[in-house]
Amino acid sequence: MTPAEIRDEILDILEDISPDDDLDDLDDSKPFREQLELDSMDFLDIVMELRKRHRVRIPEEDYGNLASMSSTVSYLEPKMKDIEKA
Amino acid sequence: MIAPNRSSQLPDEQRIVITGIGLTAPNGNDWKTFRQALLEGRSGVQPYEIRYFGKTLAGICDFDTQRYQSKKDVRRGTRAGSVGVYTANEAIMHSGVDWANVDKSRVGIYVGVTEHGNVETENEIYVIKGFDYDTSCWSHHHNPRTVANNPAGEIALNLGVTGPHYTIGAACAAGNAGLIQGAQMLRLDECDFAIAGGTSESIHTFGIFASFNSQNALAVHEDPTKASRPFDTARSGIVVAEGGCLYTLERLSDAKARGAEIYGELVGYAINTDATDFVLPNPERQAQCVELALRRAGLEANQIDIVSTHATGTNSGDAQECKALRSVFDHCPNVRINNTKSYIGHAMGAAGALELAGNLSSFKDRVIHPTINVDELDPECALNGLVINEPQEAQQVDYILNNSFGMLGINSVVIIGRI
Repeated sequence: MTPAEIRDEILDILEDISPDDDLDDLDDSKPFREQLELDSMDFLDIVMELRKRHRVRIPEEDYGNLASMSSTVSYLEPKMKDIEKA
Repeated sequence: MIAPNRSSQLPDEQRIVITGIGLTAPNGNDWKTFRQALLEGRSGVQPYEIRYFGKTLAGICDFDTQRYQSKKDVRRGTRAGSVGVYTANEAIMHSGVDWANVDKSRVGIYVGVTEHGNVETENEIYVIKGFDYDTSCWSHHHNPRTVANNPAGEIALNLGVTGPHYTIGAACAAGNAGLIQGAQMLRLDECDFAIAGGTSESIHTFGIFASFNSQNALAVHEDPTKASRPFDTARSGIVVAEGGCLYTLERLSDAKARGAEIYGELVGYAINTDATDFVLPNPERQAQCVELALRRAGLEANQIDIVSTHATGTNSGDAQECKALRSVFDHCPNVRINNTKSYIGHAMGAAGALELAGNLSSFKDRVIHPTINVDELDPECALNGLVINEPQEAQQVDYILNNSFGMLGINSVVIIGRI
């Protein structure tokens, strides 16, 4: 997956877990929590969905990398570069 | 004038009244619509299909889940939680209480449930099956969704209630048990405003259908609306339903002080246990429960105007309840007996509370809705006063007695008086 495809995948997950939020104006450089109604259970949903959809495992000590869209994509790029977009 | 009961001799601070009704049933999402459906003989049973079990019938609710919850809260919670949130908000609105200024630390939430957690556990097992049973794919939401207090807790979260909240697990007697718990907590001064009744999400677990089917107790009929047929010779079992009914309960003194409309007073109640079988009912113990409720209310059997039966449409259960009722009410020519499951199926933890709500309007309109789908009355169920297929009018309705029984031999009875 390319960085753009990873971003689309994260957006798709966010649409599921935060259905009341408008994601059109998401600023990739700002933390999710400043823009969306997300709590710790929601971040676990992101981790869980990546595990279920792509078998990507994110250890707890790396959770801080999921703070914003840009940090998430950067973190996932090496883990998902060999995964084909479905 | 209503005939006196023991409760009417208590100070107003000890008298518990119903001031609001919120419900969702398979044939109505508010009290008035539900009542209208009962008077028009409108069933809420539909064709239904569920994972593994396949095609069957169920009582399905279509309330607007997003009227009081965000999409995210619906997704995060349970169906029983959504039913609870909807019915609690509806009850509060119906009560007319100035909710913004109610002390939320003095509100108690008491929700009867038959079972809770089966839906979510089945879902998670289904999900991890797709991952070769890798438990690392088991949702972190599973525990908060399946703790036994979940439906009551979701209501508390939604309403900002900081007083006590919990569920009352009482099999299919739970709707009455929730109501009784609310009244007791008001009398004990544990709260000043109780939200009490029952909820059911049971149609979303295949296990309940499979288990009733294995027990030869699941209804089948080519016409879904005729599948739930208590007292009929061709009854074939239970139609599982979802639903909920929560009441706002207050002390009479508080209700009067705020000028609340009062829909009835809890004048008597009883819960007892068969202690004879896991599943089969015990009519002797059921009759004792009814008599205990009457005694506590200070009423004679012939002072009851409507008996709302528990009967679920099983061969044995209906006949046994009729045996119990015959022993208490056979000498009472004016008592009318009906059944609400014939319209909506068996709403499990919500059944007792919903069926009571279906009858409460009779205090005002003095009409008794019938048991429908009785084409050929089973002689074993031919009770004096059974209202069949057509509504009946009464000169006056002062007291309603509501039966609700459950597995493991739990029996519950509430008596509501007109006020």
